[in-house]
Amino acid sequence: MSKLVYLIPLFPLLGFLINGLGRKHLSKSMIGIIGTGTILASFIVSVLVFFDVKATGTSTVVTLFNFIQVKGLLIPFAFQVDQLSVIFLLIITGIGTLIHLYSTAYMHDEEAAHFGRYFAYLNLFIFSMLLLVLGANYVIMFIGWEGVGLCSYLLIGYWFKNNHYNYAAKKAFVMNRIGDLGFLLAVFWLIFKLGTATYSDVFLHVDKLSAFDITAITTLLFVGAMGKSAQIPLYTWLPDAMAGPTPVSALIHAATMVTAGIYMIARTNLLYSMAPGTQTLIAIVGLATAIFAATIALKQNDIKKVLAYSTVSQLGYMFLGLGVGAYTGAVFHVMTHAFFKALLFLGAGSVIHAMHHEQDITKMGGLKKFMPITHITFLLACLAIAGIPPFSGFFSKDEILMAAYAKNPIYYYVGLGGALMTAFYMFRLYTLTFLGRFRGTQAQAAHVHESPIAMTLPLIVLAILSVIGGLIGIPEVFAKDAHSLGNFLTPIFAQSAALATEHHLQASQEYLFMGVSTLLIAGIILYTINSYKKYQSTETENTGLAKVLENKWYIDELYDAIIVKPLDAIAGFFKNIIEKNIIDGGVNGVGKLVSYSSRQIRLLQSGQVGNYVLIMVLAIVVFILIWFNDLTLSYYLNRLFKNA
Amino acid sequence: MPIQYYIYLCLTLFSIGIIGVLTRRNAIIVFMCIELMLNAVNLLLVAFSKMHLATALVADKATKVGTDGQLFVFFIMVVAAAEVSVGLAIIVMLYRNTHSVDINFLNRLKN
Repeated sequence: MSKLVYLIPLFPLLGFLINGLGRKHLSKSMIGIIGTGTILASFIVSVLVFFDVKATGTSTVVTLFNFIQVKGLLIPFAFQVDQLSVIFLLIITGIGTLIHLYSTAYMHDEEAAHFGRYFAYLNLFIFSMLLLVLGANYVIMFIGWEGVGLCSYLLIGYWFKNNHYNYAAKKAFVMNRIGDLGFLLAVFWLIFKLGTATYSDVFLHVDKLSAFDITAITTLLFVGAMGKSAQIPLYTWLPDAMAGPTPVSALIHAATMVTAGIYMIARTNLLYSMAPGTQTLIAIVGLATAIFAATIALKQNDIKKVLAYSTVSQLGYMFLGLGVGAYTGAVFHVMTHAFFKALLFLGAGSVIHAMHHEQDITKMGGLKKFMPITHITFLLACLAIAGIPPFSGFFSKDEILMAAYAKNPIYYYVGLGGALMTAFYMFRLYTLTFLGRFRGTQAQAAHVHESPIAMTLPLIVLAILSVIGGLIGIPEVFAKDAHSLGNFLTPIFAQSAALATEHHLQASQEYLFMGVSTLLIAGIILYTINSYKKYQSTETENTGLAKVLENKWYIDELYDAIIVKPLDAIAGFFKNIIEKNIIDGGVNGVGKLVSYSSRQIRLLQSGQVGNYVLIMVLAIVVFILIWFNDLTLSYYLNRLFKNA
Repeated sequence: MPIQYYIYLCLTLFSIGIIGVLTRRNAIIVFMCIELMLNAVNLLLVAFSKMHLATALVADKATKVGTDGQLFVFFIMVVAAAEVSVGLAIIVMLYRNTHSVDINFLNRLKN
């Protein structure tokens, strides 16, 4: 069954080709069926592969062909089917299917050709992401890595007639690219030192790398993850990426693409466990991002921006988990985050759709009675992300925070602060959108209604997953050996676990932390709901810290000043001085030279027959001279060009 | 007669022919000079043929060396004849159109 793993990326690729090439000829329902059906087929095969891996517990490598084969370097196009990749396969194809289904209803206003283009890009994205997680070596992973970056660009700029969206798409792609440089350098370093990029070979020969090598490679890989998974300093593209359609934000910027960095580090866990310096770096960067993004989200008024900063913040938590060695916890959080964040984005899409593309939460309110299903599912997602037991977010976040405490108590307290902020801004979002009085216009009030089944069904499925998803990761303190996910992933992280020094908290300590954090979070939730329930939209400007937060700590303006403007100046210099004068001047100059010389030569054509005969005679004389003096001529020519 | 005399004579005739072609204005005179050049060459060919025969006869009484030179002369004469007929025809047409045989008048090739 694992041999059929090549089908999993094949279906979306076919979907991309059919929808892409046939987008002007197929009907919208056909495009929707092909687009969703291919991912559903991939999901079914993924489930079968999952059960296969679960039963045998081994990892298989399926090689398709040799991608690069030169002397000294062999890079096969191979897929690695093991516990880590099947978990990600299920997440990607499962949530992908739901989002494709949702998109058929959300994007129904588009024309057929653009509808087809959308689904083609979405399928291409799923194909690239599958390559990323299935690859058996860093090069195949990089192909998928680049592919998802490309599809992110294509999909953010989907409504290409709007220049702001195009700018956001460019920004996302360029920032990704900066990270990719780090990734590539790391892969080159690995190939240079070990002669291979295949995971199994690298982990086998890891003793050939010096400590400096390992630290450098892991740091460079982390730079790649910083770009792809939106950590400080390469995170500003993600809030701008909300310019794309909401299902795209749900799929790419919540559930899948941004988790590629975490997958990559989880896959390379052995190297990271051998580089404690890098791990500290990751933990600090992740924690800083988590807090920083949470502070910005406190004051945002666009429903999608709040969710975007929430994503950046939660990704910070995942990197914190990776940095303290809680690899299983990080992967667990990836999974639960995928569930509730996709649910939040799809719910937001449902609200935006109903409010006719209104995205400002100060102009919403009281939607609870108009959209019951969206309301309930959104509430469940908010409870999950805040970390209220027994929802999924609690288990995953708790696992990371406990491991963080074991490493360094400060990590825990700062992380807890971030969790409290998370609860605050999520419930501010929830309250302003769904509770209270309706603050929209009369026209909107007349049209707001619950979304069609194609949109609410994914919401319901994701809500169920967000609620019960935590049950696969029940920590030790509650039940011995009940952490199914941890048990499943043991072979992947076994070598790292052997290297790690285990600090375990005592059971009583853990109960204490869990209880206190839950109470604090519940308190914040109740306080927030209470304070925003009676919200009247005020016209007063934010001042002081609130203003700074609302303007995202002016980071975009900072980058603009120190990076974008100098680059623009340099580019301007190159364009005006070098391009116009030197290069264009040169090329045009050659043309002018040819015209000039041809004008001069044309004067030879006098039309006088006598002239022509004279030239003929002269030429014959010259030939005769050469012929009869061939020897002397070659002697003199040799003397002239002796050095040639 | 030593072969040099023949060579000098043909060289002279040939040069007179060339100078005539380059310098004279009347098209018919130009043609006559071309004929002069061809005849100079013919003379030279025959002279060399005789010279080769003379040197070979010393060694071998019944030799047939040098016939190719004389044969070539015939070819040249044929070519000259054909060329003259065609050329004179062109000059006649030219005269009919422009009432002059002045070659400087023929600068229509200019544009």
